[in-house]
Amino acid sequence: MTINLIIMLFMVAAALWAVLARTLLKGSIALAIASAALALLIFRMNGPLAAVFELSVCAGLITVIFISTISLVQPFTPQEVAARYAARFKRFWPLLVLLAVVTVICLKCWTFPACGQALPESADVMALTRDLLWKARQMDLFGQVVMLLAGVFGVVILFKEENPS
Amino acid sequence: MKEAMNLPNQLILLPLLAVVVVNLPLGLRWAAMLGGVFFSIYQMWTMVFLPPLETGFFDLQIDGLSRVLLLSIGLVAFVSILAARGTIRDKRERFYFYNLVLLAMVGMNGLVMVRDLFSLYVFIEITSVASFILIALRRELDGLEGAFKYLIMSAVATAMMLSAVALLLLATGETSFAKVAEQMRLGGSGLPVLAAGLFVAGLLIKAGSVPFHGWLPDAYMAAPNAASILLGGIVTKTTGVYALIRLMQDGMFGTGMSPVLLLAGAVSIVAGALAALGQRDFKRMLAYSSISQVGYIVLSLGTGTALGVVGAVFHLFNHAVFKSLLFVNATAVEDRAGTRDMNQLGGLAARMPVTGFASVVALLSTAGVPPLAGFWSKLVIIVALYKSGHPVYAAVAVLASLLTLAYFLSMQRRVFFGKLREGLEGVKEAGWYVLVPTLALTLITMGVGVLIPWMFGSFVLPMEKF
Repeated sequence: MTINLIIMLFMVAAALWAVLARTLLKGSIALAIASAALALLIFRMNGPLAAVFELSVCAGLITVIFISTISLVQPFTPQEVAARYAARFKRFWPLLVLLAVVTVICLKCWTFPACGQALPESADVMALTRDLLWKARQMDLFGQVVMLLAGVFGVVILFKEENPS
Repeated sequence: MKEAMNLPNQLILLPLLAVVVVNLPLGLRWAAMLGGVFFSIYQMWTMVFLPPLETGFFDLQIDGLSRVLLLSIGLVAFVSILAARGTIRDKRERFYFYNLVLLAMVGMNGLVMVRDLFSLYVFIEITSVASFILIALRRELDGLEGAFKYLIMSAVATAMMLSAVALLLLATGETSFAKVAEQMRLGGSGLPVLAAGLFVAGLLIKAGSVPFHGWLPDAYMAAPNAASILLGGIVTKTTGVYALIRLMQDGMFGTGMSPVLLLAGAVSIVAGALAALGQRDFKRMLAYSSISQVGYIVLSLGTGTALGVVGAVFHLFNHAVFKSLLFVNATAVEDRAGTRDMNQLGGLAARMPVTGFASVVALLSTAGVPPLAGFWSKLVIIVALYKSGHPVYAAVAVLASLLTLAYFLSMQRRVFFGKLREGLEGVKEAGWYVLVPTLALTLITMGVGVLIPWMFGSFVLPMEKF
């Protein structure tokens, strides 16, 4: 339970970083970390299939798409970044309220026995996850590797510096 | 080992291997084009001469439908790679182009061979990411804008498809086509219907069907010419239309989606053709024409009959051929005359006779004039519509062919016929890297039309497996 709570706090921290990050790129990376933490949490709560999908889609594929998108937009100048950075906290006050509401709901939920029951049976879950990743979903893993490669090409091509000569 | 090297596996592993090898620091960058050309020829050869039914160790399968798509992918990639050699001047840009085409081939080949909804989504995304980068390859403002629009619309489609997969997983506990279809036949909650609706909407966005077509003209127009050939010729057909055909054919959506597809198809045909009539830019006109022709495929699919599926797949193949040919012609014209604005062109048939002739063949085939390939696929579509009790939609399909003929004749008159426009006296026929694909595609368009009595039983009917 304690480990789950730590992972959840880590996930919330990463999610907050995603929202508050100075640049889109850092925001995307933070979101990927939040997704990975969520996948870990789902895995620990005996949902390996859901964890594999979460890891594949949110931490993997979506991040590549985000980074490709970011490579297509013009970055802010340092002055613009500074101006926005100073003003951005004003926009996020409602987040605190939201965070408080979610925390209350989570704490309420934690008293339900169903939440407490979802503890991992580590050996079985590990074996199941291994089978899912390397046997049942190996095609997806292969596809995701290719997609990462395509993303790398995107970053190399679209971020490359012009040769003045 | 033997299993690992079987055909389905080769079709996704070999292009990937080519990308890896040419990017290693071995001084093999020059081999990128050769790799692309050889692989696309190999793919075409295997699809024409080898038996179609094979299963790979990733559970990849090649059946009649996959075979037609794999053949089309090989053909359009081959044409696009040659056109890139002739029109992309910057060596580094050309190298990246070949790599991205090979990666797009991995994506497209994978997506026509997988039999699982989530894997289908993964391979659609590989193709889409390669396409975004191809559109933005030159890093010019219009290219970046076109890629951005495609990306945003694609993200919406992705959200819809992923939600649909999640709902289906929730309702059926499965993601493989066969098992989901089996569960769908047993009936149950309304979740699968909602999932089917979301998935179809996502695929229609990817296919550029009306009303989700906003991204398509900008993306096609802004992309480098060789990339437009790939996008217009095959990418949207595989990521959108093929997936729709496969899921309909496998009974994933039942007959509930038929009215939606019929309406979307008819609206796309008419709206695309009307929009094409008003264009000045050659490639933008072809983009709207693509929207209209994809409408025919969707309309045919909407009949929900075996003949409808045959018509849809046959038209998909024909469209891949004649639309690629038209994009190659636009490439040749822009490369030689320096503009795509049809109002600034004229009389080019005298200076570019091969391109001018190929354009006539392609436009007549698109408009469905006998005996060219497009006539036969449209005929199958119209018969399928009539026989399935949709005479009004059949009439729309026939009348829209007249609109198609109108906008293409207008293009032919403004670009190729009439008196040679001042300033174009020095224009010469396109180079061999553009002429070879032009001639190949022209011969296929004429050949499929003339040889249809022999091809119908051996090539067209096996596409369908009801």
